[in-house]
Amino acid sequence: MDQSTEHTVVCRGVSKVYRQDAVAVPALTDVALEIPKQDFVCLSGPSGSGKTTLLNLIGGLDRPTSGEISVDGRRIDLMDKGELAELRLRRIGFVFQAYNLIPVLSARENVEFVMQLQGVSAAERAARARAILKEVGLEGLEDRRPGELSGGQQQRVAVARAIVSEPSLVLADEPTANLDSKTAENLMQLLRHMNTEHSVTFVFSTHDKLVMDFSRRLITLRDGRIVDDVRRE
Amino acid sequence: MTITLRLAWRNLWRHPRRTWLTAAAIAFSAMLLVFMITLQLGAYDMVLDNSLRIFTGQMQIQRAGYLDKPQMRTTIPDARRLAQELRRATGLAAVAARAQGFALAASGTRSYGVPVIGVEPEHEWRVSTLPHVIKSGRYLAAVDAREVVLGAALARNLKIRVGDELTLLGAGKDGSTAATVLPVVGLFESGNLDLDRQLVQLPLVTFQDVFSMDGDAHVIVISGDSLDDMGRALTLVGAHMPAGPNLVLLGWERLIPGLKQLIQADMVQNWFMYISLIVVVTFSILNTFLMSVLERTREFGLMLALGARPLRIGGLVLLESTLLALMGLAIGIALGFCIALYFYFTGFSFPGMKEIHAQFGLPGVITPKISLLTLTLGPAVIFAFTAAASLYPALRIRRLAPVDAMRTV
Repeated sequence: MDQSTEHTVVCRGVSKVYRQDAVAVPALTDVALEIPKQDFVCLSGPSGSGKTTLLNLIGGLDRPTSGEISVDGRRIDLMDKGELAELRLRRIGFVFQAYNLIPVLSARENVEFVMQLQGVSAAERAARARAILKEVGLEGLEDRRPGELSGGQQQRVAVARAIVSEPSLVLADEPTANLDSKTAENLMQLLRHMNTEHSVTFVFSTHDKLVMDFSRRLITLRDGRIVDDVRRE
Repeated sequence: MTITLRLAWRNLWRHPRRTWLTAAAIAFSAMLLVFMITLQLGAYDMVLDNSLRIFTGQMQIQRAGYLDKPQMRTTIPDARRLAQELRRATGLAAVAARAQGFALAASGTRSYGVPVIGVEPEHEWRVSTLPHVIKSGRYLAAVDAREVVLGAALARNLKIRVGDELTLLGAGKDGSTAATVLPVVGLFESGNLDLDRQLVQLPLVTFQDVFSMDGDAHVIVISGDSLDDMGRALTLVGAHMPAGPNLVLLGWERLIPGLKQLIQADMVQNWFMYISLIVVVTFSILNTFLMSVLERTREFGLMLALGARPLRIGGLVLLESTLLALMGLAIGIALGFCIALYFYFTGFSFPGMKEIHAQFGLPGVITPKISLLTLTLGPAVIFAFTAAASLYPALRIRRLAPVDAMRTV
C-alpha cells in the first residue's frame, strides 16, 4: 500500500539551506519523516534546531532545497505558488506563536475570513463560526476584537480558525510560547480535544515540557537533523 | 457587507488622523477642481453665449461655399419664406434671414468701407443682441423701412448722428451699382469693437432693393432658447432643412472657429495647472498607501499563510484606497458643489472684473456651470490618478513570501 495515502505527511531526504549573503546556512539536513493520519506530534529542540523550518516546509510556506514532501498524498515540493496557496486554504490549518489574528476583525470574523476565501456562503460561515467558537469556549466573546481578548483567548480563536474548515492537518508553531502555564495547559487540552473529535492530524513545535507531555509522539531535532523520535502511547 | 469590505473600511481607521489628512488632501483638490471647472466652463458659456447672441447666432443655413468665399451671388432664394417655414416646422422662434454685402459708407466729410447687413427687424431681435443695445435713437422699424442703424464708433468716425443721412455705395448681386442714401435712426454699442466700428444694418427688403437681390438673402441665422438647448435646436433644424439648392447647416464652431480654438487653448492651459495639482496630491496619497502596506507586511504574510492569494490581498489594498478616495472625493464634490451653488446665485466676480468685462460687452459676473460633467470631471481624473497610485503598493504584495512577510517586525 502506498504510504502516502495512510500518512498525512511524508518527508523524504528533506534539506533546507538558507543563503545569508554568500554563506550557506543549513537549517535542515536529510530529514525523513512520516506522520500518520490523526497523529498528535510534537517537534522539540533548542532554538535554531529547525523546528519552525520543518513546519514551514510541511505547511507549504517555504520550499525545500532538496527532498520530497507529501501532504495527503500530494507532492507539495512540486507545486507552484497558486497550488500551495490552495493547499494551505483547503487542507492545512495554522496556529502561530503570535500575531495570529487580523486585529481589525472580531473573533467571529477572523474565523469566517478563511471560509470566505474558500467561498463558503455567508449564512453557513456564520453558523460554523458560532459553533466552533462555542466549542473552543468563546461563546459570548464572538464580537470582540483580538485587542479585547486575552492571549489564551486569542490562541483559541486561532485554533477555531484553523479547525473550522476541517483540514486534514493543523500546524502550530510554539502555540503556547506567550501563555502562562495554566492557559497553555488549557490550550493543549483543547488541541487534543480537536485532534480526537475532528480527526485532524496535529503537528506542533515547542520548547515547553508541559506541552511535550501532551503529545503522542515526540520528535527531537538538533542542528537540522532528527535525533530522536519517540512514540509516547 | 462582506468581510473584505469591512476589513478594508476598518483598516482605513487604524490611523484616523492619517486617513483624515489624506482624505482632506483629496477633498481639497476635488473641491478646487469642481469649483474651478464649473467656473471655467461657466465663463466659456458666458463668452460663447455672448459672442453668439451679439451677431452670429448658434447656427446658420447658408449656400454651400458661402462661408469660405462670401460672394454676393451665393444666395438663398426666397430666404424670408424659408425662414418662416423653418420657424413653423421647428417651433424655434429665433430664426431670421440676413443678406450681407460690402459698401462704401460715406457721410458729408468721411467714408469707410463697411459690411452692410440686411435684417428682418421683427425677427432679428431674437437672434442678435444688437437691437437691444441701441445707445441713441431706435432700432429699425420694419423690414421694408428705408433707414439704417450703425455702430456708435463708426458713427463717431463718420462724424454723423441720429437724424443725419448715410450714403452707401456698393455692388449689387447682378454686378450693378448699388447706391442709396438713408437716414440714420439709431446707433448701437455692443461692446464688440469690431462690430461697433464697422457694422451697418438696414431692413432686408430695403437691402434687397438696393443690392438687386430679388428676394434672396445670404444666411438664415438660428438660435435655440439657450446654449444648453443648442444640441436640440441643431437636431431639429437638421431634420427640417429647407429643400433649397445646395444649402448647408453650419454650427457655431464652423462659423467662428477662432472662438473654439481660444476656448480649447485656455482649457489646455487650465488642465495643465489642474494636472500639476493632482500629481502633487497623488504623490502624497502614494506615500500614505505605501506606509499602510509596509506596516502591515506581517499581517499580509498571515493572510498569505492562511491561503489568501496575493491578488486578493492586492484587491483589498485597492479597495481601501478606493474607499479613501471616494470618501475624499464625496466631501470635495459636496464642498465644491456648495461653493459653485453659492456663486451660481450670487455670480462670481473679483474687483475690476466688471469694468474689464464691460469693455467686451460681457456680464459683470461669471455664473458657474453646474452639471454632472462639471461636478464629476475633475474628481474622476483625481480618482484615476489615485487608483494608479495605489496600484504600486498593491502590486508589491505579489512579491511577498508568507514566511519572510511574517518575520517582518
